[in-house]
Amino acid sequence: MVEIYILIGMHKYASPKTFYPLAGTLIPWLAGATVLLLALGLYLGLFVAPPDYQQGETVRIMFIHVPAAWMSMFVYAVMAAAGAAALVWNVKLMETLASACAPIGASFTLLALITGSLWGKPMWGAWWVWDARLTSELILFFLYIGVMALRASIDDPRRAARAAAILALVGVVNIPVIHFSVEWWNTLHQPASVGRMGKPTIHLSILMPLLTMAVAFTFYFLTAALLRMRNEILEREKHTSWVQELVESRR
Amino acid sequence: MNWAEFFSMGGYALYVWSSYAAAAVVLLLNIALPLRRRDAVLNALREFYRLKGRSR
Repeated sequence: MVEIYILIGMHKYASPKTFYPLAGTLIPWLAGATVLLLALGLYLGLFVAPPDYQQGETVRIMFIHVPAAWMSMFVYAVMAAAGAAALVWNVKLMETLASACAPIGASFTLLALITGSLWGKPMWGAWWVWDARLTSELILFFLYIGVMALRASIDDPRRAARAAAILALVGVVNIPVIHFSVEWWNTLHQPASVGRMGKPTIHLSILMPLLTMAVAFTFYFLTAALLRMRNEILEREKHTSWVQELVESRR
Repeated sequence: MNWAEFFSMGGYALYVWSSYAAAAVVLLLNIALPLRRRDAVLNALREFYRLKGRSR
């Protein structure tokens, strides 16, 4: 019985007309949480965390670099899952979610690449190396760009969403490649320190800013995604009376 | 604490602050662009309904 209620509930909120005002209510709260978490994360990362005994102050780049890299993969997974849901159940809202994910995920990927480069230069002596981790992250960036270009090249929004979803799903194979690249290949990039079962290799004063920034970036992603989804809903639902009433009531 | 020392980041100021600046740019753009787009969409739709109303 509960499942039926959940399905009915999901169906209700999956309608653009219900989702649009709901997203509008959520955005200020998500934005507020993002600002508070970013402030806390910056304080912990810049003032509380100690410099690394080997890498000195450059270790503070990690509090941007690692959460950005996590988000680059997480947002891709959300985009692919939303695309799959749109393909299987034909849910328009999932199409707009997938579409909103692409530019945000591409931004996080670019940020991970830029900050990695800025960290690599002083520590490795090179802005870029064709290391497995760096290369697979660069491929992720191209996948995002490809998904966006493919969507933009097709006029009909539903066909565009379907094509983009299929490309996004094919590109999912790259996600485990990025994750395991530091184990499968002999890389210059250091292996993971967080999330290794039973082997904490990171001190709390470093872990706390890292996790705070990661949660802040997650709330930020939700905020930015809802903003983009609302824009797309207005455009795609312009032939409905509720959008017309909403637009005309706003003069 | 000493602010000059803080900003010098142990001699790595360029790398550390460039990273934080890049993050600031990315985070601000992904909010500013959809907000600007929202105004554009609302204006375009207002025009769309005006023309639609006139043709009826």
